[in-house]
Amino acid sequence: MNHVRIPGVLVVLAASMAIIGCGKKEEPKAAAPAPAPAAAAPAPAPKPEMVVKIGHVAPLTGPIAHLGKDNENGARMAVDDANAKKVEIDGKVIKFELLGEDDQADPKTGAVVAQKLVDAKVAGVVGHLNSGTTIPASAIYNQAGLPQISPSATNPKYTQQGFNTAFRVMANDIQQGSVVGTYAVKDMGAKKVAIIDDRTAYGQGLADEVEKAAKAAGATIVAREFTNDKATDFKAILTKIKAKNPDVVFLGGMDAVGGPMLKQMKELGIKAKFTTGDGGCSPELIKLAGPASEGVICSQAGLPPEKLPNGQKFLEDFTKKYGQIQIYSPYSYDAVMVLIDAMKRANSADPVKYLPEVGKTSYDGVTGKIEFDEKGDIKNGAITVFEIKDGKLVTLKSEGGSAPAK
Amino acid sequence: MDTLLQQLINGLTLGAVYALVALGYTMVYGIIGLINFAHGEVVMIGTMVAFTVIVSLASSGMSPLLILGVGLLVSVVVCMVLGWALERVAYRPLRHAPRLTPLITAIGMSIVLQNVAMIIWGRNYITFPPMINKQIYEIGGASFTNVQVAIVSLAALVMLGLIYLVHRTRIGMAMRATAQNPHVASLMGVDINRVIAMAFIIGSALGAVAGCMVGSYYEIAHYQMGFMLGLKAFTAAVLGGIGNLAGAMAGGLLLGLIEALGAGYIGDLTGDFLGSHYQDIFAFIVLIIVLMFRPSGLFGERTGDRA
Amino acid sequence: MNGRIRSSVSVSWQRHWLGLLLLAVVLLAVPFVAALGGQAWVRIANFAILYMFLALGLNIVVGYAGLLDLGYVAFYAVGAYTYALLASPHFGIHLPFWVILPLGAGLACVFGVLLGAPTLKLRGDYLAIVTLGFGEIVRIFMNNLNAPINVTNGAQGITLIDPIRIGDFSFAQTSTFLGVTLSGPQKYYFLLVALALLVIVVNIRLQDSRIGRAWQAIREDEVAAKACGINTRNIKLLAFAMGASFGGIAGGIFSAMQGFVSPESFSLMESITILAMVVLGGMGHIPGVILGAVLLTGLPEALRYGIEPLQRALFGRMIIDPESLRMLVFGLALVLVMRFRPAGLWPSSQRRRELAESAD
Repeated sequence: MNHVRIPGVLVVLAASMAIIGCGKKEEPKAAAPAPAPAAAAPAPAPKPEMVVKIGHVAPLTGPIAHLGKDNENGARMAVDDANAKKVEIDGKVIKFELLGEDDQADPKTGAVVAQKLVDAKVAGVVGHLNSGTTIPASAIYNQAGLPQISPSATNPKYTQQGFNTAFRVMANDIQQGSVVGTYAVKDMGAKKVAIIDDRTAYGQGLADEVEKAAKAAGATIVAREFTNDKATDFKAILTKIKAKNPDVVFLGGMDAVGGPMLKQMKELGIKAKFTTGDGGCSPELIKLAGPASEGVICSQAGLPPEKLPNGQKFLEDFTKKYGQIQIYSPYSYDAVMVLIDAMKRANSADPVKYLPEVGKTSYDGVTGKIEFDEKGDIKNGAITVFEIKDGKLVTLKSEGGSAPAK
Repeated sequence: MDTLLQQLINGLTLGAVYALVALGYTMVYGIIGLINFAHGEVVMIGTMVAFTVIVSLASSGMSPLLILGVGLLVSVVVCMVLGWALERVAYRPLRHAPRLTPLITAIGMSIVLQNVAMIIWGRNYITFPPMINKQIYEIGGASFTNVQVAIVSLAALVMLGLIYLVHRTRIGMAMRATAQNPHVASLMGVDINRVIAMAFIIGSALGAVAGCMVGSYYEIAHYQMGFMLGLKAFTAAVLGGIGNLAGAMAGGLLLGLIEALGAGYIGDLTGDFLGSHYQDIFAFIVLIIVLMFRPSGLFGERTGDRA
Repeated sequence: MNGRIRSSVSVSWQRHWLGLLLLAVVLLAVPFVAALGGQAWVRIANFAILYMFLALGLNIVVGYAGLLDLGYVAFYAVGAYTYALLASPHFGIHLPFWVILPLGAGLACVFGVLLGAPTLKLRGDYLAIVTLGFGEIVRIFMNNLNAPINVTNGAQGITLIDPIRIGDFSFAQTSTFLGVTLSGPQKYYFLLVALALLVIVVNIRLQDSRIGRAWQAIREDEVAAKACGINTRNIKLLAFAMGASFGGIAGGIFSAMQGFVSPESFSLMESITILAMVVLGGMGHIPGVILGAVLLTGLPEALRYGIEPLQRALFGRMIIDPESLRMLVFGLALVLVMRFRPAGLWPSSQRRRELAESAD
């Protein structure tokens, strides 16, 4: 009886071979059109053309798929804009192509997708969205020597691994948390602060930094409560917070949590001011919370759009093309532009040649001036504090250069 | 004291929602012993359909309550059809298959429904238009809204109706007979296929009602909202003794109260060692303890070997 | 195994060795053939083997002993975190892998018994929900044990985990020896295959052992099994413990391969996926379970590559986002396979017979 089984195993492995084999056969087909023009380039135009592929990764399925699609749209628009300008590198007109991948916000898929982009010989990568997928993927890009710019991963550890390929165009948690925490105490005059986080890497990191900054500025933390990023009912923790009677409630979490939370605060009659970071500083929050969002104080990395001429234009163009901006699309737009800018300066789209130029970036993007420190964090990242008034985000103040990365 | 009262109100509302969803699981399980994992997705579809109807009628000038009623009705009908189709397409062919087979089918259906919803309604969170003007009342320092009152009373009404249906009508009798022994029931002239289909249809209708409640309470909807809700409700059903209607209600209410009180007081009880971040595990810990002493749940009868 | 081989007729003896030889060749060739399509396929192959590992472990609990476990990922998590904590800068401890992997397996085993002990009385679906709860409890603790003492670093996870290393030979880097260049993923592939073969042998040996038959007896009728003098309590605990150990080892390797762990890798969906592999392939049947694991890991990835060209070929343009369609097709595949092959794609002959009888 037993001897039959071994061949059985064999057949399965052969089958698995076949599957992998099939996949292998499919792959060149998918990639075939791309390298062909790159190599041959039989353009009748005087200037030869060259295709440069840029990878983009974000979750396009799952609970934060809406943010992922937004990131991808930002990058796609950057690529379209760059193509319209007919960028020339090394005497060739460059046609940029965006390879958009879905990492499902899953670290394991993130690694596979990263490898796929490395295999596809992209010139650089914009992504990933979550810190949880960005960090494991960064090791793969680093080994391949590919520059990676994350438009939204804020976990400080991402750039602390010592990789010369890892950059971000978004202020990390430490930079942003200290601005918001200090603002709540100094400018809003809060003495008692309640802090909620959603137990994601983002929410936890930001809330911890806000707690530190608020304490340093002299406030007491009266409550530290927790929820999760899939929850919709916050009444239990809000009731507890109400009993502590804080002046300010801070949420480290996304707009999908903030919206219903604001409504429930109102139902419970909590009078405290509500503050949150960039994850909740979006038109989406206003849409989800409705009138309950009036008076919310929130922060975003970068300068406010009205201070930047190209920011305003980006806002209009993007909205026309893809609809409402969620949160990070301006950053993914800038991330692509930073890569292209570095290629231009190095006069090469070869990662080996232009990688050193990425670190030397000094670029006026739609989110502000972008320069990197030695770790790859954005230097002197500006943080802007907004208030929601009449259903719109109104700039209260911008802080630039005050919070260098640690 | 007012905090405690407030937490009880919070827990009661949450519990009413859980209970209503749990009934959907228990209806199906009680009759054919199948965990319909896709039930959470039926609830989600219910919310989404109601949302679409309400939004498209919003500018028609009808009275808000009427719009809400039409939304509820349409979503109930859609979910009934969906429940019937689920049973017909996915589960009926597997009635004699190994026990785990329909479980995997259910998981597959749940993935399919989620992705279909994502294609139809998009990836973004959807704001459920508030139809009822929220009124906030206060009693003894604790506040609640008219929506909460409506939810709890509607849930109670639906549950009473269901008990009447199962214990006082012919189809209810047929259901109980099928639950006890499908083979014998069919010999007594009960059309088993019809009874099982009815269980799915009624369960899904309850899911649609629950979906509308969730939508109008939290005013937010998303194509993945069904998963966690379904999981919690399923836990509630098991806590009460799965397959038992009264058990599902009690389990739901209990679960809601455990979550609210747990999140509210565990920090004080353990000197802030455990906080509200452990909110989601209280339910499971209580469940494990209950099942250690009563292996068939609080109200479950000692059934024979179902495994 | 030798005894069995000798007992069979000589013709099959030869075929047996031929088969093994072919198998060895195929296994050796996989990473090189896959690499032609890109290193990503080697990584996918690695994950397929890792999941095979997990599915075979779960198969002991679900397939052999008939205990429905929806929290299997908890043991995987325990193994992964054991490795991460003992081989990373987080605590500044860097133990070699041959110490940590067994340790992780042992710890997972302890957790298996911890889960098993209170749930022995439960049956079927009650057991399912309790194990599900257990899996969530472990994940939530991992997610929150960063305060008051920072043990797991919470949701931010643990970075810079050491790769598996033997002396100076690291599995993370590309290196050349004997004229063959091996990339990191390819090296892990061979390690995984070696371990997987070990697990398969253990599984085969278990199946026909006294313990294996006792599990089968419990699965079919627990009361009768008890009446036959089987110590059902210990035998069930053993199933949990053994299944858990496999999960623990898989977790350790996952940690080393990824270099990063965070609680989001250990969600309920993972448990469900592993269970789906076992059931879809054919519960209790080793080749079936392997097939299930390979298919469910490979299918979504193959769809990732295949759906876009397919849509273009059929309709000439993209109608639906490939990502939306990918999971949709995956879900439909689960439903359809179960609809037309209720016992799984490759059930054991015994099970197929049982099914045919009960259908009458």
